[in-house]
Amino acid sequence: MGQTVLEMKGIKKSFSGVYALSGIDFSLEQGEVHALLGENGAGKSTLIKVLGGIYQPDEGSIFIRGKEVRIRNVPEARANGIGIIHQEIVLVPYLTVAQNLFLGREIAGPMKTVDMGKTIDRAQEMIAALGVDIRADEYVENLTIAQQQMVEIVKAVSFNGDIIVMDEPTSSLSNEEVEQLFEIIHRLKEQNVSIIYISHRMEELFRISDRVTVIRDGAYVGTRKTSETNPAELVAMMVGRDLSNFYARDYNDLENAPVALEVDNLGSSLFHDVSFKVRKGEILGFAGLVGAGRSEIMESVFGARPYTDGKVIYQGREVHFKEPMEAIRSGIAMVPEDRKKQGLVLGNSVSFNLTLASLHFCMNGIAVSESKRAQIIDHYMDSLKIKAASVDMEVAGLSGGNQQKVLLGRWLATKPEVLILDEPTRGVDVNAKYEIYLTINELAKQGIAIIMVSSELPEIINMCDNVCVVRGGKLVATLGKDGLTQEEIMKYAAGGVE
Amino acid sequence: MNQNKNRTTNPIVGIVKNNVGILSVLVLLCVIVSIATSKFLKPNNLISVLRQISINAYIALGMTLIIILGHIDLSVGAIVAMSGTLTVGFIVTQGLPIPVAILLGILLGMAAGLISGMIVTYFRVPAFIITMAMMNVCSGVAYVYSGGQATRINNDFFSAIGTGYLFNTIPLPVVYMIILIIVISFLLGKTKFGTYIYAIGGNREAARLSGVPIKKVEIAVFTISGVLSAFAGLVLCSRMYSGQPSVGNGYELDAIAACVLGGTSMSGGKGRISGTIFGAMVIGIISNGLNLIGVSSYWQLIVKGLIIACAVLLDSQKGKISLFKKKA
Repeated sequence: MGQTVLEMKGIKKSFSGVYALSGIDFSLEQGEVHALLGENGAGKSTLIKVLGGIYQPDEGSIFIRGKEVRIRNVPEARANGIGIIHQEIVLVPYLTVAQNLFLGREIAGPMKTVDMGKTIDRAQEMIAALGVDIRADEYVENLTIAQQQMVEIVKAVSFNGDIIVMDEPTSSLSNEEVEQLFEIIHRLKEQNVSIIYISHRMEELFRISDRVTVIRDGAYVGTRKTSETNPAELVAMMVGRDLSNFYARDYNDLENAPVALEVDNLGSSLFHDVSFKVRKGEILGFAGLVGAGRSEIMESVFGARPYTDGKVIYQGREVHFKEPMEAIRSGIAMVPEDRKKQGLVLGNSVSFNLTLASLHFCMNGIAVSESKRAQIIDHYMDSLKIKAASVDMEVAGLSGGNQQKVLLGRWLATKPEVLILDEPTRGVDVNAKYEIYLTINELAKQGIAIIMVSSELPEIINMCDNVCVVRGGKLVATLGKDGLTQEEIMKYAAGGVE
Repeated sequence: MNQNKNRTTNPIVGIVKNNVGILSVLVLLCVIVSIATSKFLKPNNLISVLRQISINAYIALGMTLIIILGHIDLSVGAIVAMSGTLTVGFIVTQGLPIPVAILLGILLGMAAGLISGMIVTYFRVPAFIITMAMMNVCSGVAYVYSGGQATRINNDFFSAIGTGYLFNTIPLPVVYMIILIIVISFLLGKTKFGTYIYAIGGNREAARLSGVPIKKVEIAVFTISGVLSAFAGLVLCSRMYSGQPSVGNGYELDAIAACVLGGTSMSGGKGRISGTIFGAMVIGIISNGLNLIGVSSYWQLIVKGLIIACAVLLDSQKGKISLFKKKA
């Protein structure tokens, strides 16, 4: 650690009178990884946008290497050595890595052409300097998400960036890719680059960061040395209260509970020989690495994806759903993994999204009865505690947690017997998470059979009765809840044990 | 948001609120034209404006559904020509009874829409391409059948379809238009089918996973568009006392323009029937006004193009301004 490269003091920013940031202090030392932690809506993104020149602070000052600066736009941020890697990757897919790296600052050849040879050579040097193994003449669309992210990092560093901001960089990476990313972060540290690291994943913070700053509701809560704190303290700082009963679960007696859904040797090109059963009132967890095939198995059961072998037995009868519609009619519901791509019709209203799958309960002849719809809407807005200015507002305007609740409500309104939840709390703030767990527990108590696919092991361990672990398209273990640890699940998920 | 009208507000207020942009263009246009020529506001002229826009309105109603669904249908103008020409031909050349000929004409349009819809939904071919192909086929059928010649028809019953009046005041094409507006608005705003159109256009994958029967809805919408176009062809030929293979040329563009003017998003998921109708009115009044003022039809094309571009620009600016307000 050495000198302070960046210091933000008393940063305030309000939007139409509401403070998004009410006096944030933040400092960054040379060669350090400083984690920024806070719930969704706590103001992390706003702070980063102030640093990146996208927003202007109302009050407060920014010092870079001791000198006060004003950052009015993105080029000025770059000129000050600040590079931001956003959660969504912003590369042009049909251009090569080299073209992307030099986009807007092409190396000129004769006659105003672009010197492609030189571009590729220079790009390859830049990539090699970070120890990354990517070909500069490869098209970006052929790269994995992790590789694309690395290209973004190379790009940020190439603008002489020595302050790099990474916004949830691991949210779409597999564990192996996360390791690669961490290696690059270590290499950047060696080169005296300082990193602001935003993530929700507690484990990562403890592995990679030197210090952690927590903000809540736009206000600075505190900064801790990572080596001197623990997850419980950080969570308490984030939510402002103790969450000892975070996971609410009343286990049902499953001894005599009837089997709701049974899957027998199910197989397709993406998975094979998958067998499991879930009883009424049971929560069956599905753990595994990203890409292990968990979502694909669930989509096949649900009729959203074909399967070739094996059978699905639902309420004692063999079924083979060809379309989600058939599964829904039979009483199976699935809250999909990707809320924005597979779940919500973002441009439409909260009420539209809430009732999309249950309109058949609202029919009055051939017309949809508005009063019956309103009943469903009111019921779920209330019981799921969905916070929206109005049910007619666009669902895109809600926070992640409320969006997820809308989606959950859509499926509960179909009155399912079997509920498949794929990553039910991804990108959701801690309070909404707690409320979602309460709801899931309540549903299990009512006798609904629940399958919960999740990459968050604490949630799997604390919510499920039994846990299936999937690796490489195969179900490698089914574990009971008693004495279950993260290590044991990971042992099966990552391989090494059969 | 589109089909979920606020339960407490008056529907008229809702329509005005939702269409502020296009309505202000419409009012502005009416004021300008009525200042330029006193003939515009005469009841006879207003009724004739309504009659003129009715053909475009039938087609645009179908087009609105197609565009909300996230597609486009370029074959509508050719279906107008094909159905119209063949219906007249069936009566005059083949001597078929009029109801049978009309039914066949409508079925032709229906078949064209059905085929486009099936190809689009089963093979996931862009509708732009497949309906362009369908446009050529339909147009070709009309020319081959008629040998490129117009066929005159002298039949009082057939002519009455397009030239008759209800209570001696309202032209029948306007009556059809009103009925179709009511039917299609009901379909889009009050039924599952309508909700599903918005859902598919807004997020196809989400719709599928929510149990929306995507294939059925897509095929049905293209079929409706085909039927409405065929109906437009029938009314048009009746009004012109003849079937002409060149007749529907460019109608698809007028229909698309009406939708876009009315605020239907070309990327799907958003749009309103009321907007489309106001859009069709704007296009109709531009032509009518320029005719009354005595602008040559060549100049009319230029003026029409410019006004449409301005109207759409105005609308996009309105969107931006309100967006800023939301954020601020």
